[in-house]
Amino acid sequence: MRIALFATCLADTMFPAAAKATVLLLERLGHEVVFPPEQTCCGQMHINTGYQKDALALVRRHVRTFEPYDVVVAPSGSCVGSVRHQHAMVAAGDRGLAARATSVASRTYELSELLIDVLGVEDVGAYFPHRVTYHPTCHSLRVLRVGDKPLRLLRHVRGLDLVELPAAEQCCGFGGTFSVKNADTSTAMLADKMRHVLDTGADVCTAGDASCLMHIGGGLSRLRTGVRTVHLAEILASTEASS
Amino acid sequence: MTFLGMPARAPRGVGHLRGDQPFPVAAREALANSQLRRNLQHATTTIRGKSGRVIAELPDWQELRAAGSALKAYTMAHLPELLEQLEENVTAAGGVVHWAADANEANRIVTDLVRQTGERRVIKVKSMATQEIGLNEALEAAGITPVETDLAELIVQLGDDKPSHILVPAIHRNRSEIREIFLNAMPGVDPGLTDEPPELAGAARKYLRETFLHTRVAISGANFAIADTGTLAVVESEGNGRMCLTLPDTLITVMGIEKLVPTWPDLEVFLQLLPRASTGERMNPYTSMWRGVTPGDGPQSFHLVLLDNGRSAVLADEVGRQALHCIRCSACLNVCPVYERTGGHAYGSVYPGPIGAVLSPQLTGVADNPTLPFASSLCGACFDACPVKIDIPSILVHLRNQAPHPRSEAAAMAAAAYMMDRPKLYARAQRAAKFARIAGRKGRGLPPPLNGWSASRDLPDPPEQTFRDWWRSR
Repeated sequence: MRIALFATCLADTMFPAAAKATVLLLERLGHEVVFPPEQTCCGQMHINTGYQKDALALVRRHVRTFEPYDVVVAPSGSCVGSVRHQHAMVAAGDRGLAARATSVASRTYELSELLIDVLGVEDVGAYFPHRVTYHPTCHSLRVLRVGDKPLRLLRHVRGLDLVELPAAEQCCGFGGTFSVKNADTSTAMLADKMRHVLDTGADVCTAGDASCLMHIGGGLSRLRTGVRTVHLAEILASTEASS
Repeated sequence: MTFLGMPARAPRGVGHLRGDQPFPVAAREALANSQLRRNLQHATTTIRGKSGRVIAELPDWQELRAAGSALKAYTMAHLPELLEQLEENVTAAGGVVHWAADANEANRIVTDLVRQTGERRVIKVKSMATQEIGLNEALEAAGITPVETDLAELIVQLGDDKPSHILVPAIHRNRSEIREIFLNAMPGVDPGLTDEPPELAGAARKYLRETFLHTRVAISGANFAIADTGTLAVVESEGNGRMCLTLPDTLITVMGIEKLVPTWPDLEVFLQLLPRASTGERMNPYTSMWRGVTPGDGPQSFHLVLLDNGRSAVLADEVGRQALHCIRCSACLNVCPVYERTGGHAYGSVYPGPIGAVLSPQLTGVADNPTLPFASSLCGACFDACPVKIDIPSILVHLRNQAPHPRSEAAAMAAAAYMMDRPKLYARAQRAAKFARIAGRKGRGLPPPLNGWSASRDLPDPPEQTFRDWWRSR
């Protein structure tokens, strides 16, 4: 299958490993991946911070960039959530654009959705010999409703010791600009999330969103806990040969 | 109505919908109170667990939520006609209906009604509407003493405090604090009072029973009003509400205009949703319902004050109007990771938590509550928990788009959007980020407004190569 990659601005700029892993994983599974270079950002930060007018150009760009493709994937529940639930709203003043946005959204998938719902694969042939706990990010869980799809993928990874995260469904406190505007409250939420991660004894905390991982990882790094954050795509892309 | 024909917002200078401080500042103070955080975490975790268990018992919970949501949407779409129908039916049953455009008018109506009875003391059923309009303060200014009879509201009143939760207004207090409050402020309290819950409840019971028997006017809110029968309903757990609703000669009910349900059978849906979502009970303990006046039984004089106070303005907003569907169950507070840590006072309104963050700014106008729509990480737990499916995250995003923005932030956002709409410029900016390092090691000590981030979190090292550079080099 020919799949267009929406890398997301955060992974493209700060966490290229997550986007690279998405490419390598899908190619290993026998698919063709293309990266339309006109893409930048879905506009979620602008939309969620109250700048829908500024976001409109980004929505228009996103729609124009991805509408030629039958299937689009992003290694982010949050960005796919914005494409699926916010783009048509931002474009509401332009009926044509809103309809095109809805159409692109209907073909856009978060990685675990693409693998299980579209490609029908749960065992991607990965090998990752570590003790891992999974944080189900809010937008994957409650906006996209990916359910246990990421866990099903992780359970098939050879060598991986999956440990359950207590209070997993609670937000890590990132929330985009929330972590800046309400930094103290965000920190209090992060402190509890980190305590739960450390309680599992895992070496690696994974999730389907680079943004939440940047937040949790930033806290774990500051506390010098030694626990790493690794994107789900990177775990699924790992093999005996690569590790 | 204003001269443009837009419905008025809740007026300033009266009631409790606006905080003294922006949310982030009030939240920082609340977060520093470790006792408060322990009280809140214990209480919200307990209620969450209890509610989750009884909701899981119902196979048709999602259908009930959909029914509740549809009934409220219908009610809002037909509000003017339904309100007139209610007025007609309440009047026919012997009640008197008053219309209050805002908090000032409602307070004036109620104060005048109490004055006409010649009484100087009233008993109160727990009510959000009267807290919203600051009725107690208005009564006190008129020389009338209001006595709260809901145990938690009494704790708040005696402690000269403010409610911090819709359903459990003293959730921020633990039992030793409550003992202190009772010893300091409860008339006739036993000085040997301990902090055992049965003793505390016993002390309140003794004080309140005497008050019930000697007070001739009661003031209540209403959980529901049924348009086609003129029935009012109050649901509560203590029975103190029923004392107020049945013992006095005069009953005055202050109710927001959104509390309507169209017909009697509709109530069945909400009486299943509310107790399970709020207190985690299968059935509400005390459900009192009445129509007008019944000769020889209960209050012989009944007044219903229908309160707007900004609600018509909320109704005019296509996205925001869903907030009027709220049945005040507090499920969204109990699941909110922000509320659990900051408590209710940080929101500066009688409506705290996620529903408060969307309701308060709409009642006052967003300019008067500009930080509340941002008091959420948009995690979505509130939407899942809401028994009438109010899409709180979408309303928050909608209100953020109306909120006034700091000028520097608006400039930065516009610049970012400009750059992100130009891929070449964007790619150059990405590469520049790698060399900038102005943030110092691991992004520690970032300048404002980013310093809040760097206080407790490191930034990742910029990668050697962006994804798009890697892609091009493959």
